[in-house]
Amino acid sequence: MISRELTEADLHCLEIGAAILGTGGGGNPYLSKLRALEVMRAGHSIRLVSLDELPDDAKVVPLGGIGAPVVGVERIREGREGLRALWALERHLGFAADAIACEEIGGANSMEPLIIAAQAGLPVVDGDGMGRAFPEMQMTTYSIYGHKSTPSAMSDPHGNVVIFEHAVSELWHERMARATMVSQGGSSALALAPMSGAFTRQFAVPGSYSRAIALGAAVITARSQHLDPIAAISEREGGRLMFAGKIVDVRREIDGGFVRGEVEIEGHDAFAGSSGNIHLQNEYLIFRRDGVIEVIVPDLIVVLNADDGLALSTDMLRFGQRICILALPAHELLRTARALEVIGPRGFGFPELPFSTLEDVDTAASAD
Amino acid sequence: MLRIGVDVGGTNTDAVVMDGNSLLSTIKTATTEDVTSGIRNAMAGAIAAAGVKPRSIRHVMIGTTHFTNAVVERKHLTRVAAIRLGLPAAACLPPMVDWPPDLRAAVGNHRYMLRGGYEYDGRVLSELDVAGLDDVAAEIAAEGIGVASITSIFGPINDAMEIAARDRLLQRLPHLRIVLSSEIGRIGLLERESAAILNATLLDLADLTVTAFGRAVADSGLTCGFSITQNDGTLMGEDKVRRFPVLTFASGPTNSMRGAAFLTGLKHAVVVDIGGTTSDVGMLVKGFPRQTSTTVDIGGVRTNFRMPDVFAVGLGGGSLVSADGASIGPQSVGYRITSEGLVFGGSTLTATDIAVASGKAAIGDATKVAAIPAAVWQRALAAMQTSLSRAVERCRTSAETVPVIAVGGGSILMPDRLGDLPVTQPDHFEVANAVGAAIAQISGEVDRVFSLARLSREAALAAAEAEARASAIAAGARPDSIEVIEREDIPLAYLPGNATRVRVRVVGDLETA
Repeated sequence: MISRELTEADLHCLEIGAAILGTGGGGNPYLSKLRALEVMRAGHSIRLVSLDELPDDAKVVPLGGIGAPVVGVERIREGREGLRALWALERHLGFAADAIACEEIGGANSMEPLIIAAQAGLPVVDGDGMGRAFPEMQMTTYSIYGHKSTPSAMSDPHGNVVIFEHAVSELWHERMARATMVSQGGSSALALAPMSGAFTRQFAVPGSYSRAIALGAAVITARSQHLDPIAAISEREGGRLMFAGKIVDVRREIDGGFVRGEVEIEGHDAFAGSSGNIHLQNEYLIFRRDGVIEVIVPDLIVVLNADDGLALSTDMLRFGQRICILALPAHELLRTARALEVIGPRGFGFPELPFSTLEDVDTAASAD
Repeated sequence: MLRIGVDVGGTNTDAVVMDGNSLLSTIKTATTEDVTSGIRNAMAGAIAAAGVKPRSIRHVMIGTTHFTNAVVERKHLTRVAAIRLGLPAAACLPPMVDWPPDLRAAVGNHRYMLRGGYEYDGRVLSELDVAGLDDVAAEIAAEGIGVASITSIFGPINDAMEIAARDRLLQRLPHLRIVLSSEIGRIGLLERESAAILNATLLDLADLTVTAFGRAVADSGLTCGFSITQNDGTLMGEDKVRRFPVLTFASGPTNSMRGAAFLTGLKHAVVVDIGGTTSDVGMLVKGFPRQTSTTVDIGGVRTNFRMPDVFAVGLGGGSLVSADGASIGPQSVGYRITSEGLVFGGSTLTATDIAVASGKAAIGDATKVAAIPAAVWQRALAAMQTSLSRAVERCRTSAETVPVIAVGGGSILMPDRLGDLPVTQPDHFEVANAVGAAIAQISGEVDRVFSLARLSREAALAAAEAEARASAIAAGARPDSIEVIEREDIPLAYLPGNATRVRVRVVGDLETA
């Protein structure tokens, strides 16, 4: 397989790009970027392989971190949790992995597969299972399109390793994994049953790493040339500026481990006289302008600080901030009827709201 | 009470004499190379101008950027043994991993990771590695290192292991000076650890500085004591500064905001401190700066101190203005404004020149800017207005109208209104920092986890308040002046016994005999 080796500069770009694709959630990639840099400085190379390069029978292991953010910033990982989980899975199933896959490109979990793969001497597939961030494991394209993620292996910093032999559904796997993670101290690494190269080529969101790195690079370049980073992001991603304005209210509450809330925005500039609203559940899910839905999950709602173009996560929003709201189209794999059952409005408790793509909303608007 | 407030900045040392709530005199002097002679000069000038006897001064309050500057300039730093308890966790990111290499080198890059620490729910993560500590002690002795920092994973939830490790090291090395992370910061391992290491590396400088300040006060014929202001705008006595110099890091912006509150009598306001290159904008709540909840970068190091939430914009008196007036800053001529600005006979169009051209200010030679077309200065004024409005909007916490207070040498740039907000510029705005130091109070704080299994929430809050009051009184506060300025309780998930984190902060006036 022909692979491309990542540089330190790529990791700095990825940190920015992964935060943008995190659509408000996914956790801060800063600490995991530091870990990736340390692994690189220790002499390991981080290699990306494009989906086209995967042979049909390649064994690809999806892998990532699972845990509570507040634990992650204090009890930082030992560093080889993922490697132990991978090895335990290989031993248990009697196979050798050919490549590692990312589950979630948005936020901190973008870095985890790179770190483990570099330590294991394996390449990472240039793709992921979400194309953004979502709160739960069963919300990957892998699970949605039929990959059974057990048997799987979970490891903590102490060296404890748990094998999940069988879950009757992906949702059950998510529940059991979360309970085990809590008993392991609130932050663990999880390696999932291998996927075939053929399956991965068909169902991974393609090019996620290249995309996130290019996004970060566009922001850094725009900033160094005193150009508008927000325009640079839209241009790269075929996105659209949906709104610009000032936050006039933020309400957030914790509900069953999730952060839910509403953000009210008063329009400025071209949007003066309009009001915007974002509904959030860990990530930004629905954007309304003057009461009308304009962007809805799984399409990406990105909130950027108007001054410097940095992506703002839900916990960073404050009264008075000037923000821009961008919409980026979700990959087609996230927009099928099958995917929308899990990650469409219905999957987040809004069965009454139909999903209409950004492009449909545009067409409807121009028909008015 | 007759007292002196002193602000020691990088460029100027200012002093004010105050009696109760009245300002008797103000003076601005240049900061000297040795710092202390500048303080002496400023105090002597302020005392003479006030016409009071040195012996009648009851206290001196000093605000200083000395310790921040030492870190930023990598000067006067001592070597630190940075010890972390928490293996096997966090092994992949050793202490100081994200520091700039020159700063890491300046503190010696001695890092030790040992077993120890706690889980989030209070379980032991690993038993303390006592033998490992003894090895570290031997190495510290061999290297001749004089200070150490100890950081345990989840130390803020339980500090027992940090204390045990300190006691063990002191058995071997009785003269070692040790900083515990749990005394300094909050959850967030790398940030808290970095803060503890920075504090440790400043301990020697803290000794020298406190001693020198003491000498300056005594040499000026004063017989009173002195204190130094900390991040939250309250005072630390000499002993506390010697132990926690790092707590002075953000005292500059805090003093300016507290001074602005005093000079205007406002307790809820946005303060804009306009300097030569940047403007610092922060929010006053109940007369104190609102504190930040995120990480703060000091000299290239991420820390999680409680600091005033100040937003800096690249607009000051020396900011460069484009020829058409449409854009201002962030580039600035800085302190060279008095030679490079047009009104001072220079050739660079600056924000100050715009203020003079528009008739808002009368500084230098106004004829030098008479040729600037009205369209240009109007455009430039509009650009300044926009930039300041945005900064102020960011700091507002609600839609309700709050006044804006302009202080600092560059505050001649400030328009009379910012959007819907009225602007005031108090008298003596140029010495707001020294005034902020002179009115500094004494605080007491408790930030602890209470078990509500046997105690009611009200009883826990009352117990915390009593403890905070006692600590304020011990630090020198007058009991009848103490009031609570912050009180919060946060239930902690997953902990047995209904654990709740209670934080109470009180402030009171300094008691003088």
